[in-house]
Amino acid sequence: MELVVSLAIGVLAGSGVWLLLRPRTFQVIIGLSLLSYAVNLFIFSTGGLRTGAAAILEKGQEGSLGQFADPLPQALVLTAIVIGFATTALLLVVLLAARGLTGTDHVDGRDRGR
Amino acid sequence: MPDALPLLAILVLPFIGAVVAGLLPTHARNAAAALAGGIALLGMSLVWAAYPTVAAGGVLRAEFAWMPALGLNVSLRMDGFAWLFAGLVTGIGALVVLYARYYMSENDPVPRFFAFLLAFMGAMTGVVISGNLIQLVFFWELTSLFSFLLIGYWHHTAAARDGARMALTITATGGLALFAGVLVLGHIVGSYELDAVLGAGDRIREHALYLPALLLILLGALTKSAQFPFHFWLPHAMAAPTPVSAYLHSATLVKAGVFLMARLWPVLSGTDAWFFIVGTAGLITMLVGAYIAIFQNDLKGLLAYSTISHLGLITLLLGLNSALALVAAVFHILNHAAFKCSLFMAAGIIDHETGTRDIRRLSGLNRSMPFTARLALVAAAAMAGVPLLNGFLSKEMFFAEALTAETPLGLLNLLPFAAMLASAFSVAYSLRFIHGAFFGPEPTDLPRKPHEPANWMRLPVEFLVLICIMVGVLPAATVGPFLALAVRSLLGDAVPYYSLAVWHGVNLPLLMSMAATAGGILLYLLLHRLLRGGIERPPLLGRLEGQRIFERTMVFLSWRMARRAEALAGTRRLQPQLRLIVGVAFLAGGAAVWLRGLGPGNLPLTALDPVIALVWLTGGACAIGAAWMAKFHRLAALILLGGAGLAVVVTFIWFSAPDLALTQLTVEVVTTVLLLLGLRWLPKRVEVAGDRGPEVLNRTRRLRDLSLAVAAGGGLAALSYAVMTRVPPEILAQHFLQRAYTEGGGTNVVNVILVDFRGFDTLGEIFVVAAVALTAYALLRRFRPAPDSVALPEQQVLAGGRVAGTAVTGRGEPRDGADWLLVPFTLTRLVFPAMLIVAVFLLLRGHDLPGGGFSAGMVVAIAIILQYMIGGTDWTEDRLRLLRPRLWMGSGLLIAAGTALAALAFGRPFLTTYFAYADLPLIGEVPTASALVFDIGIFALVVGSTLLMLVALAHQSVRGRRATPRVPARPAAAPTPLAVAGEG
Repeated sequence: MELVVSLAIGVLAGSGVWLLLRPRTFQVIIGLSLLSYAVNLFIFSTGGLRTGAAAILEKGQEGSLGQFADPLPQALVLTAIVIGFATTALLLVVLLAARGLTGTDHVDGRDRGR
Repeated sequence: MPDALPLLAILVLPFIGAVVAGLLPTHARNAAAALAGGIALLGMSLVWAAYPTVAAGGVLRAEFAWMPALGLNVSLRMDGFAWLFAGLVTGIGALVVLYARYYMSENDPVPRFFAFLLAFMGAMTGVVISGNLIQLVFFWELTSLFSFLLIGYWHHTAAARDGARMALTITATGGLALFAGVLVLGHIVGSYELDAVLGAGDRIREHALYLPALLLILLGALTKSAQFPFHFWLPHAMAAPTPVSAYLHSATLVKAGVFLMARLWPVLSGTDAWFFIVGTAGLITMLVGAYIAIFQNDLKGLLAYSTISHLGLITLLLGLNSALALVAAVFHILNHAAFKCSLFMAAGIIDHETGTRDIRRLSGLNRSMPFTARLALVAAAAMAGVPLLNGFLSKEMFFAEALTAETPLGLLNLLPFAAMLASAFSVAYSLRFIHGAFFGPEPTDLPRKPHEPANWMRLPVEFLVLICIMVGVLPAATVGPFLALAVRSLLGDAVPYYSLAVWHGVNLPLLMSMAATAGGILLYLLLHRLLRGGIERPPLLGRLEGQRIFERTMVFLSWRMARRAEALAGTRRLQPQLRLIVGVAFLAGGAAVWLRGLGPGNLPLTALDPVIALVWLTGGACAIGAAWMAKFHRLAALILLGGAGLAVVVTFIWFSAPDLALTQLTVEVVTTVLLLLGLRWLPKRVEVAGDRGPEVLNRTRRLRDLSLAVAAGGGLAALSYAVMTRVPPEILAQHFLQRAYTEGGGTNVVNVILVDFRGFDTLGEIFVVAAVALTAYALLRRFRPAPDSVALPEQQVLAGGRVAGTAVTGRGEPRDGADWLLVPFTLTRLVFPAMLIVAVFLLLRGHDLPGGGFSAGMVVAIAIILQYMIGGTDWTEDRLRLLRPRLWMGSGLLIAAGTALAALAFGRPFLTTYFAYADLPLIGEVPTASALVFDIGIFALVVGSTLLMLVALAHQSVRGRRATPRVPARPAAAPTPLAVAGEG
């Protein structure tokens, strides 16, 4: 199981980094999304992979790690998802504005050799 | 502390005044001057009020906690010497303000000038009355900073900018050296308090670190006081308005250096090193400055070099290691302040009334401005050391010291001659100032017709000249007590006997003085013709090296090296930068793993589940596919990205993170819609072989990026495997799991962490989301599509501009195929209320079960955007009148912040939650922690922000359509106008 998830993280991160280094803005935005999947999964996985142990307590219960999955990485990832959403949206708008201003969708605002 | 208030007021009032003056309107010249003058006078009277205490030998002290953790306090201390200087700073300050009121032109932003001047006054006062060396250095640097602003006040002239920059570079660099020196000194003494340092003289002088400390401190003092070889900044600082020159170069800025040397004289002097460094610097500066001053053609330039020379004289006196010389130095500091300030003001008056300061053009002003001429004559005579004026007295003391000072080596024999030579030079340049400007024939080519200045402008000069005369005639009765006070606070019981009488009988100093005066007059007569003819720079010392070295260094540092570094390491292209970041991140991670030897852990692996394996087989394929397609098939890439995202969602559910899955799923939907809306504005890209330059280059480039990507992905995979096979640290997890219900009042631990334990973090996060939404909105308001994306896209043209569901709603013109997208249209309308109920459900259960404000908000946003997508903008906005994203955002922020603040009202820390369960009819038991209210704030904000972005982006198409005359039958072929003004 651990191996599958690590490989998944690796594939997501590799595809993301590859796209990040491409010259077109759309590629970069897709790459950033993939990379944030990878990073979120990575942070999440630091709490260990547990099935059927969602951190939902009974009323009045004091939970312990024996019964429940680690909630802290989950809380961190939740924040990361939200912030990732915000940055993706901002990047999209910026790239659209840049595309409108420069006429090109190259990340440098001008095509190479032009 | 009865001393605390007046001391603090003296220090702080100028700064307050500076802020107030800075806020005055640009043309409030009189108000700003009155304010500045009032504060200077108030400061002076406060200083004066301290006189009885100080005169009785007392020291005013005040201490305020500043950084108690570091043992640093704001410590103020005013003894006799500090008192004298504080009086000088505030008193001359008041005179300069009065003068500046008439000097400054109405066209200049005068309140800013007074703001800078007041701030400078405050900084200077801070230097003088600091009781702590670190604090002294702080104010020292502030004086550098504010003098920079003052010198560069007329920033539209290059000379002012250059002069200001040079002064700042030199004095601030010296200040840094001083800081280092003070740290060493504090290390030696064990305290930075001035009292402690002054009491540890012997320990300091015998310490091994004495020389480094001395060198560093002197570097600060000598640069500030413009001593050779750092003197060259001072003449350039003459580009400042004349009141600034009068203030900075007579009583304050440059005197800070000699102030510090005199202040630390009791502990640092008395060694050969002190004598050689300070004495030599002073001697050379005195001679060189006086020599160059003779050949200046600018009145202010002459005064600048004369200032350098007189500062050199003071420094030389301080360097002689003799208590009597110290007395002479302090005396000369006072005298120089009086006559130099008045001379600067006189030069300013000449400049103001004639339009030039060039001695070669000026002549015979004695006729047109007789009063000013007489005042300047007296002040210049004081500068030259004519008997019955104050300059004469300190010069006599200097000569006596030069004759008797006990110095190592045989330098003693040369000192009297050097003193006479400098004195002769000073007579010559004083003569040149007076004779050149006021005597001779009528001036011929002046820019303005000269006349006397306003009486008020001349008043400060008259006052200062009166002081010169009174001190010169009755020294013991006027300046005597103050001088004694200052010297006693420096030397304590070791004050030597000195006499302030005008007449000491015929003795050697008097003869020397007469010889020097005669020599000076003779020198001027000899040089007169040469000077009148115009001479650009002095013979012999044509270009002093200091300035050239400075300029070359600056060019090298700020131009050549910067350019080389930029060429070497800089790029404007994004890709190399990203490549560098990824590469460095990989290397840093790799190095950490390599050094710590991080291998796979030893935790038993969980069994492989074929479902998850299959999910990730698809997910991985989707990710790689997205990477593959993102250039030429954007829509496909977007769909594949969604596939990878779904795999992530499944993983979250599978491994006990329902909240994450919920949030990720909703975010996934909204992100996809956002990107879909953006696709329309990107250029069409069709693959053309050989389009991207030589194939070899492309291959290499792609191979390099591929290896980087594989390395990064492989590294992260290995790292996560290593992490997952170890026991995770559980201290925090345990903490949260135990307290989530008992202290947070919720059973959903993740949600409790977000809205309660880490609520502050979440509060910050929603502000970020709000800021992003507003930024996106603002950017889109001014959005101009690229020319090639303005036309309606192919698909819309083929659809004939039809609007979904027109047959059902009966709105719009009935067109052929009005049942366009009829089924989805009906379905979305049916599903809308259900989605809203789901959202409320998620919101209410969030604290106890998976859900929460964020996912609920996203669901509402999705519900609404669904209506937009299918029903169209016009249809949706006609019906959903409550759709005001900014209102949602504002109330969301207010609710969240208000809940956080409400805890304060109950005497609890920020963001403390309160919880209970409420039994609502029909719905049942609902957790009503105040965290729920907080969550409602998050919900409202998320709804508002998401909608604001989505709607703003969606409206772009409408704007484009509205800007284009809509002719559905014909493809929009004509070039369309780009004027898409205002809000969509």
